[in-house]
Parts: sequence; structure tokens; C-alpha cells
Amino acid sequence: MAAVGGAGLQGYLVRRILLALPVLVGVSLLVFGVMRLAPGDPAAIMLGAQATREDVERLRRDLGLDRPVAVQYAQWMGRVLRGDLGRSIPLGREVLPEVLLRFKATVVLTAGALVIAIAVGLTAGIVSATRQYSWLDKLSMAVAVTGVSLPVFWTGIMLILVFALSLRWFPSAGMVSPYGGGLDDLLWHLALPALTLGTASAAAVARLTRSSVLEIIRQDYVRAARAKGLAERAVVARHVLKNALNPILTVIGVQVGYLLGGAILTETVFSWPGLGSMMVRAIQARDYPLVQGGVLLIATTFVLVNLVVDLLYAVFDPRIRYE
Amino acid sequence: MSAIRVSGAGTTLAPAGAARGRSTLSEAARMFRRSGSAMFGLALVVVLGAAAVLAPLLAPHDPDVIDTARRLARPLTPGHLLGTDEFGRDLLSRLLHGARTSLVVGLAATALAAAAGSVCGLLAGFVGRWVDQLVMRSIDTLMAFPYFLLAIAIIATLGPGLVNGMVAVAIVNIPFYGRIVRATVLAVKQTEYVEAARALGVSELRLSLTHVLRNCLAPLIVAVTLNVGGMITALAGLSFLGLGVQPPTSDWGSMLSSSRQYMNVAPHVAALPGLAIFLAVLGFNLLGDGLRDALDPRLR
Repeated sequence: MAAVGGAGLQGYLVRRILLALPVLVGVSLLVFGVMRLAPGDPAAIMLGAQATREDVERLRRDLGLDRPVAVQYAQWMGRVLRGDLGRSIPLGREVLPEVLLRFKATVVLTAGALVIAIAVGLTAGIVSATRQYSWLDKLSMAVAVTGVSLPVFWTGIMLILVFALSLRWFPSAGMVSPYGGGLDDLLWHLALPALTLGTASAAAVARLTRSSVLEIIRQDYVRAARAKGLAERAVVARHVLKNALNPILTVIGVQVGYLLGGAILTETVFSWPGLGSMMVRAIQARDYPLVQGGVLLIATTFVLVNLVVDLLYAVFDPRIRYE
Repeated sequence: MSAIRVSGAGTTLAPAGAARGRSTLSEAARMFRRSGSAMFGLALVVVLGAAAVLAPLLAPHDPDVIDTARRLARPLTPGHLLGTDEFGRDLLSRLLHGARTSLVVGLAATALAAAAGSVCGLLAGFVGRWVDQLVMRSIDTLMAFPYFLLAIAIIATLGPGLVNGMVAVAIVNIPFYGRIVRATVLAVKQTEYVEAARALGVSELRLSLTHVLRNCLAPLIVAVTLNVGGMITALAGLSFLGLGVQPPTSDWGSMLSSSRQYMNVAPHVAALPGLAIFLAVLGFNLLGDGLRDALDPRLR
């Protein structure tokens, strides 16, 4: 049986990876379009008003803008696959090391927010569902609908006002102290940004966990588990949560996308040295290679996260492998 | 001939259908009225909408008049109920006028996304085959981008600005509507009354516009209401980053952005525009939740 399950899982894995490829090609086409579809001559825009005609021509040749679009895409894709994302003109540096350095900070922030979203959201959702219509359920759902309505940039500013400027418990900006620090220093800096970014996701996870658990809790097999005298805690852990896991996983996968996007705003509020704050500056400076590099890296990460989520479905629910 | 017959069938069926429609609708309305949170959401939306429409009448001052002698005045200052901003401009007047930009742009972006998404969903679901494949693969690609990142990428192409921000946020939301409409079309296409209408010779275009689109209305209304809040937040977010509304026009997002550097000395200047965004989004979310509960027969 195990062997059959394993083969099913492998087949599913291959099918799912093959399905991700066209999406990745679509992503690359859109990212390529960021520069090509911009109105005006990208080379002239990138070099600014002071550039000479010769400079613009040279950059056009360097960027391959004098060739047919299909050739440009193929050349760009070839370079991307070799790890060459081009050169940022305002920074005067290669794009790849720059975006990778910034990406680490974004991943730290997103991971911190995700931990908060899952821990708070799952707990609140399960407590709400198992005590449906109690004051605890009503309170946590009221907090959740408030949470999903909070604009992330305003939450950040309010948290800075209270916990950084008034109480002085946490720093209001940056990722590490000026003279460096260990993990505790990083966590101290991470607390407010992660809470800011994680709040709305925690609320979304809580709402979906509650409805998923409520749907399962009404099933006959849950009633049967209770009837045979199983403790409520065991019923929830073994029978309810296991079956409610896939919809919860879906929403967590979606939330990763929300967090990666929301990180752009959170990073700006907290001067967090991530990809988001870098891209906002790059857009204002019309630094297309940097924007392309950042968008490509985040979107590819999101596609891979969704792939992992889909593979986890098959691990948790063997029925999916054979669909 | 067939057209006459169909319209005849339509008229004979109409009274029964209308009566059934009325009872379903009144049942939904009764459910909606019984929900305290839905009514609260409706009240918030109505109050904010009225404030936006009546802004020129309600605003005590010109929102753009600078008074450097009264910079960063606190709330309840005589003549300035909510205080003033960093240029001494009346905050209440700016919030009321900002509501016009934020709500109008949010609603316009939602309408644009819903219209474009519905057309895509209708084409994919109705025509099927390669059209369905093309639309769905495009939707998959758009959905491969984190929500806000795609808006940023589109802004990078189009350039910052109010209209470009609106277009960017609308494009990002097309998949949301496309999927809802396509799923409804696929379900409705299988029903016997659509088959009957087709057998009577109703053209595919008329079929999709009358029978199919009508059935998409309820899920679309719920989707639109639930989506407006997200649109308002996303557009305020773009303005907050300096990529949406450009000066001298202002919305709640740009007000929040410009007040950030003064939040240490005048916290209300940063708190109030954000509070306005939050209340608007909360209102639409509660209204959307209430409509969904009222219009979804499975929840009754």
C-alpha cells in the first residue's frame, strides 16, 4: 500500500511541477513587459535628461533594445537563467547580489509575520469554532473582522506611536542596532514590523479556520468519535483538525502572497532594509533592471510556495494524489 | 418566429418567477436586517458616502488653504474641530474632500475590475475550448504575483498617478471576478432552463446576457462589496508610497504619508486619515459579509 501511495505521490509531484512551468513562463513574460511596455524610450528614461544621444544609443545596444522583441525576450531569459539580472544604473552595481541581500531581510519579515498569523489565527479559529456562539467566539470574530480591515501601513504607524515613541519598548526603525547585535537584537527589531504585517493575515486565517473546523465538526465521524467516549481535545486534534487542514493550508498559501506584497508597505513604514522599500525607490528612479529583479524574485518565490502548499495537500490527503 | 415564442414563454413565466424572486429577495432582506454587524456596516458606508458627496457643503474650510500660524493644531482647537496638518490646513475639511478621492477611485477601480473580470469569466465559461484555456492561463499568471506586488509592477510600467494606480489595482483584481463568473457560468450552463432556451433557438449572446449573467448577479454583488474595502486599502497604500495620487490632489493615503514625519509631535495628523480608511474598509467588509450571509441560501 505504501509503495502505491509513494508512486501516487511521485506522479502527482511531477504533474504539479509541470503545471508550474507555464505559470513561471507567464511570470517572466510579464516581468519582461515591465520595461518594454513603459511609455517612451527606456534607455533615455533610465539615463535621465542630462544623457547625451551617444550614451542613450550605447545603453540601447547594451540592453538589446535595438533588436526584435522576441529576440530581446530570449536573450533576457537566457541571462536570467544564468543568474544575470543586469546592472542598476543609479546604484552602479549588479542587480542579483543587491536583490538577494535585500530579499533576506524581506524573508525574515515575512517569516516573522507568518509565524504570528499562523499561531494567533489557528488558535483563535479553533477556540471560536469549538465554542461557537460563546462570548469568546463573538469577541474573536469581532477582533478578526477588525483585523482584516486594518490598513497595514496605519497599523504600523499606530504601533510605532504607542510602543516605540510613547512606551519606548521597541525600536521604530531598522533591522539591527547601529553597532550590530545577535538574534535577540534582530527579534527586538522584528517585533513591531512582524506584528504589523501579521495582524491582517492572522485575522484571515482565524476566520477561515473557524469555518473549516465548523464544517468538519458537524460530520458523522466526529459524532461517532465523541460517542465512543473520546475526550473533546482528542476529537479536535485527531479527527477535526486533520480534516480541516487543507482549506487552512490554502489560506496560509494565499497569505504568503499577501505578506510578500504587504511587506512592501511595512518595510517603508519601519525603514526595514528589504526588497519592498528598495523597489519603491527603484520605481521612482526608473531603475527598471532593479524593479524587474525584485518582482521576478518575489513572484518566483510565491509560485514555489504555492507548489509546496499543493504538495503538502497530497501528503496530508492521499485522495488528491489520484485526482 | 422563435423569438416571438421565446418572448411569449418569458412573459408567461415572468409572474411566477417574479413572485419567487420577490420572496427570495424579501427573505434575504429580512436576514440582512436582522444582522447587527451588517446594519452597522451599511450605516458606516452610508455615512462615509454622504460625507464624500456633501464634502463641499460640510467642510468648514477650504481644504487647500495654508495657515502657517496654526500648524499642527490639536483637535478641538477653536475653528478646527479635528485640528490642522503640517501646513495649517483644516484636517476635517481635508478628510471630507479626501473621502471623495478615496471612495470614488476605490469604487471606480472595483467597477473596472468587475466589468473586465466578468467579460473574461463569461467568455471563458461560455465559449470554452482555447478561449477558456487562454483566459485561465492568463488568470493563473496574474495570480502568481503577490497581490500588491503586481500593482507595483504595473505602476512601474505605467508610471505613478491617480488613474494609473486605479488601472493597476483593477488589473490585479480581474482574476477574482473572472473566476467567480466563470464558475457560475459553468454551473448555469448545465441547468435545464438554459438548455430549454437554447433548444428554443435563443442566440448564444442573448443566452449569456439574459440567463447566465443574471445568475451571476448575486455572487457578483457580494464579491464587489467584499472587494471594495481591499481596493480602497490598496489605492491608499499606493498613495502612501507616493505611487498613487500625486500632489496637489490628496486622498487619505497621501495624507497619512505626508503626516508621518510629524507623528511624534502631532499624532492625530497620522491617526485620523488612517482611521478614516479603516472605517471605510470595515464598513464595506461588514456589509459584504452581511450580503453574503443573506444571499447565500445554504446559510439559511
